[in-house]
Parts: sequence; structure tokens; C-alpha cells
Amino acid sequence: MTAVEFKNVDIVFGERAAEGIRMLDQGASRAEILEKTGAVLGCAGANLAIKEGEISVLMGLSGSGKSTLLRAVNGLNKVSRGEVLVNEDGKLIDVVTCPPETLRRLRQHRVAMVFQQFALLPWRTVAENVGLGLELAGMPDAEREERVGRQLKLVGLDQWSKKYGHELSGGMQQRVGLARAFATEAPILLMDEPFSALDPLIRTKLQDELLSLQKTLKKTIIFVSHDLEEALKLGNRISILEGGRIVQTGRPEDIVLRPANDYVREFIANVNPLSVLTAYNVMRDARDLEDAGEGWVWLDRRRTTRFKIGPDRKVVAAERDKQQATWVACSQAEKPVEPGTRPVYWASPGTPLRTVMLAMHRAETAPVALFDEGERFVGAIGVRDVLQAVLRRQPD
Amino acid sequence: MDPVTQLITAWKIPIGAWGKAFFSFLTTNFEWFFDGIARGFTVVLEGLIGLVLMVPPIIVVVLVALLAWYLQRSVKLAIATAVGLLFIINLGFWKETIETLALVIAAAGVSMAIGVPVGIAAAHRPWLFRILRPILDLMQTMPTFVYLIPVLVLFGLGLAPGLIATVIFAIPAPVRLTHLGITSVPKQLIEAGEAFGATRRQLLWKVELPAALPTIMAGLTQCIMLSLSMVVIAALVGANGLGKPVVRALNSVNIPLGLEAGIAIVVLAIILDRVCRVGERKAS
Ligand SMILES: Nc1ncnc2c1ncn2[C@@H]1O[C@H](COP(=O)(O)OP(=O)(O)OP(=O)(O)O)[C@@H](O)[C@H]1O
Ligand SMILES: [Mg+2]
Repeated sequence: MTAVEFKNVDIVFGERAAEGIRMLDQGASRAEILEKTGAVLGCAGANLAIKEGEISVLMGLSGSGKSTLLRAVNGLNKVSRGEVLVNEDGKLIDVVTCPPETLRRLRQHRVAMVFQQFALLPWRTVAENVGLGLELAGMPDAEREERVGRQLKLVGLDQWSKKYGHELSGGMQQRVGLARAFATEAPILLMDEPFSALDPLIRTKLQDELLSLQKTLKKTIIFVSHDLEEALKLGNRISILEGGRIVQTGRPEDIVLRPANDYVREFIANVNPLSVLTAYNVMRDARDLEDAGEGWVWLDRRRTTRFKIGPDRKVVAAERDKQQATWVACSQAEKPVEPGTRPVYWASPGTPLRTVMLAMHRAETAPVALFDEGERFVGAIGVRDVLQAVLRRQPD
Repeated sequence: MDPVTQLITAWKIPIGAWGKAFFSFLTTNFEWFFDGIARGFTVVLEGLIGLVLMVPPIIVVVLVALLAWYLQRSVKLAIATAVGLLFIINLGFWKETIETLALVIAAAGVSMAIGVPVGIAAAHRPWLFRILRPILDLMQTMPTFVYLIPVLVLFGLGLAPGLIATVIFAIPAPVRLTHLGITSVPKQLIEAGEAFGATRRQLLWKVELPAALPTIMAGLTQCIMLSLSMVVIAALVGANGLGKPVVRALNSVNIPLGLEAGIAIVVLAIILDRVCRVGERKAS
């Protein structure tokens, strides 16, 4: 189910926005529009659908329009043209054209926001800040206090409810910001670089906390970031923006393995593929493996390891260097290999590439086999597959 | 006279006459209105003054000292306030001090009651502020005596014209500072309110006003001090208070009386200034 959808969204800032739109249609660039009309192109032709329960990250350099696109969802930015649809109990509502009361209702109950600079009201205590959205929606005091208490516990700040924002560290203030957004129980969360103002250690900690909360809360999160590591860690899907346009949308590994253009390639240049890729991303499919006759297949090009596959695609027998092999799970790769055995490591599609590489290292570069949850053989990873993925080279 | 000057002065634009006509039009047609206002203010204020004067001065002194302590949490200030007021009693200006205080509080109250909403409206509507700004400048720079005359014509002698003149002089402060306070609320606080679904009214009461409160309070303090600086002018048009002995001393070149009354005004000014600094204590 779609939670939020952008359809052909153009956002132009400035008094002569209409002229800007007209120039945009004639194919003018952002710089040309700015020079001729003084209008700033915030975002152009944005199309993006965000599924319920997913974390969708908007990425891009400063000024690429991430915030602009995000803030269109709750109407903080006026959309010049196009539709921004927000799901309200199965109905898609266009926030661009809906009446003000509807927009307010969405803001109170459907879409909450977390700000980069926290934006806590300094004259209010932590508890009063967390209760802001509920108070604006007119919730009775007793119910509100109960819910605020629950949220504060969730983010580990129940001891601090009577304090003021300036008495808290940055990380704690942003937890208050998170609790304030969670308190409305809105299913959609907008987060505009929420962790950028924090130091790296706290940032990592809050990212982890967000991920663990997300496991139970299952919110739809639109997350703006200019940090690719953060995007790859949090995002189920990532959209890369350049000069107000979305240039690529995809899963983290799609972005890393198949960058759409040089801009994206530059973005991912410094990313460690090991932190993104999984066994599934680099494997060769079982059906593409070399036949070794009599129901056997070679797992690697050097013909060190072969499996005999049964009719249900389960492995009947395994040989390495022409002798029977022993099975070891990749997760056991930390342990040294028992002397005299010939291990074949196996992994599941979600096993991180780092673990696969460790197993390969233990097995003296023997291939790693992949099995699905039904213990069926799905593919194999050889040294060359790993090298290709890490160096981001397509097969020659 | 040279011919050019002759030419220019040949026909004098009758501004004075127009003004007079305007004001006599007002007095003849709206006398009931201005009289009503004057009488209303006078009755209420004189009633209050009478009430306070019935209480033994020492009790009032203690109450004011307690108020000083309550507002500023400072024992030193409370004691200084009490000493200052006792000194005024010793000089023999208790009644005048209460009258002046009543006038100042009333003028500040009226100024705030009008000035704060006007300031808010101007903060939300740039065009309104563009119109208001020259008017505010005019109100503060025009010599008081210039508008004292029409005020006298409309409201007669007494407390009411003193109050109105004081309000005209003091009201730009709350307007300006309210405008400043509201327009300088951080944008992200406004957006936090909007993002969680605040109505315009909620935004005003739950975000803008609390954020602007220190500045608005500074407006109140300024307003009170400006009102106090008008006591002598108010006495000129017949309002009772500490300005009266000053005017009297001026007319009869009575140096001792003038000196004593002047000192009493200064003491009162210092007390008001210290007690009313609401915003600054919070901010520091
Ligand atoms: N309210 C506004 N009025 C005018 N121009 C704006 C406004 N908001 C954003 N812009 C312009 O739109 C463009 C995109 O801005 P946006 O804030 O979306 O960038 P961003 O990707 O979030 O960058 P950053 O990482 O610096 O936050 C910028 O050129 C910016 O100057
Ligand atoms: Mg931004």
C-alpha cells in the first residue's frame, strides 16, 4: 500500500514562480530560471511512491532540494504544480489542493515531523514539548499525560520530563523531538537530517535506536540525509536528488552496484561496499553454474568444489578437491578450521558480504554456497564475484 | 519684503482654521462621546485612588514591598522599595504618589491593551506596519504640547486628558516591541507548530506569544517609564499627582518644594524601573 506519493511535483520559490514554471516547461535550467526571473527551482518533475512501513531516504548535495521535497508532504512548502498524495485510512488525499482543515487533520494525526535543529519550544518542559501535537489536536489532559509518559519511556527520557530543552544534551533533545513525533501516533514520519547536528557517536546510537524502534512501530519514514553511509544503513529505498530532480531511486545495493550516472557514482565513490552488499547481491545463480555431469555442478570457475543437486534443489553430496566436504555456516567463520577437514561454507541471501569474505578467507578462497530458508541451493559466490562487487566492475 | 516672499505669503493656507473647525465639529457633535470617556476614566481612577488612600500608608508600603519581592525574588529590592516609599511619606507626598501611580498604571494598562494587539496585527501584516511606522514616529517625536491642546479641547481639564496624553506618548513602545518580538520568533518554532497542525490562533497563543513574551514585557517596562515621564505634563492639564507640586513650584519659583517633589519623582521612577523588569530577570 502506498503511504505517500509524489506525482510530477514542481516547486518553484519566489514571486515570479509562474514564469519560472513556464521556463521550466521550455526546458530551461535551474540557473537560467534564476537569472531570468529570480525564482528558485526547488524541485522539478519529482515522481516517487513510498510504501507503507518503509524507510525512504532522500539523498543529495546541499541545495539539491531534499528538504523542499520532504516539506511538501506536510504542506510546509507550497507546491507549484503536481500532486502530493498522503494516505489517510486507505484514501489518498492530495495535500496540494485539500482544504486547510484537512491539511491540519493530516498534520495532527497522519504526518509528524522531526527537525534538524530539534525545534523544541524553549519555554516548555520536555513533557510539554512531547505533548505539543496532542495538545494542538485537543486531546484531554489525562490521556495526553499518559501518552506522553509512554513516549518518554520509549526514548528513555522518563527521568527528564520536568526539565527544559537547554538542560539536555543535543542527543537527548533530538530524542525529545522523536518522542514528540511518535506521540501523535502518526503513521508517517518526516525526518529532515535529524541526526546531522549530533556528534558521530551519538548519531550512530540514535540511528540504531531508530532502527530498533522501527521494528515494532513500523512507521513510514521519509528521511533526508546528505550522508550516504547513513542512507545505506537506514534506507529500504534511496532516492538521489541532483539540482532539484530525482536522478535515481532504488534499494541501497542497486545504488551501489548500478549507479545511474556520474553524479551518483561520485556519491558512492567513497562508500565501503561491504557495509551495503549481501551475499545475494554478488552470487551467481545456481542455474548459471557450470555442469559437471551426473547431476553435479561446479560452484567455481576453478573447479575446486562441486555439489550434487537433488530434484528438490537440495544438495545431496558435496565435494571439495575431490574429497567429501564438511558443512560450516558462514556465521561460524570466526572459528578456526578443524585440521584435516575440507569445509564448504554456506550462507543465506541476507548474510553480509563481509561475513562471506571472512568465510572465503578461512576456506582458502573456496566458494561459498547460498541456501534459502527452505535449505534449497540458490547460488554460489566465488572469489571473482566478490572482487567484481567490491571493485564495482561488471564482468568483462 | 521681497516679491517672492510676498507672493508666497499672499494667501496663507488656513491649516489652523481647518483644525479648529475639525475640533469644534468633534466637540459639538461628539461631546457626549468624549465626555463619557473622560468621566468614565475619572470616576474609576478617582474611586481607586480614594480606596487606596483609605488604607494606612504603612500597609500599602508593605504590600508594594512584598510585590517587589514576588516579582524579582530579591529581599534587597523589597527593602529598598519600602525605604523609598517611607522616604516619600516623610516628604509628605503620599497622596500625590498614589495619584501618580494610578495614572501610570492606568496609562500603561491602556497602552498595553491597545498596543499589544496592534503590534501583533502589524507583525502579521507587513503592509500595516509600513503604514504604522511613520505614525509611531510622529507620536514619539511630536512635542507633547502640540497635541495637549486638542486633547484639552476634547476632554476638558483633569485626569482624563492627562491620561490620554500619556497614552499617546507611551503607546508606541508596546506596539514596536510587540511587533519586534513576534517578527523575531525563530522560523523553525513556527514551523514546529504548523507541522503539528496548529491553527492560526493556536500558533499565536502557544508559539508566537510565549516566544515573544520577554520582548513584550520589555515593552511594558518601557511603557511604564514613559508614562512616569509624563507626570509633569499631565499636571499641566489638571491631573493630580507628583507633577502638581512641581508645576506649583515652577509658578511660584519655590525651590524647596520643587526640589522635594523632583526627588520624590526620581525615587518613584527608580522603584518602578527595578520592580517592573520582568523580562530581564527571566532572560538572564
Ligand atoms: N523558502 C524558500 N524560499 C526560497 N528558496 C528556497 C526556499 N527553500 C529552499 N529554497 C531553495 O531551494 C533549493 C533547494 O533547497 P533545499 O533546502 O531543499 O536543499 P537541501 O537539499 O535540503 O539542502 P541542505 O542539505 O543544505 O539542507 C535551494 O537552492 C534553496 O535556496
Ligand atoms: Mg535541507
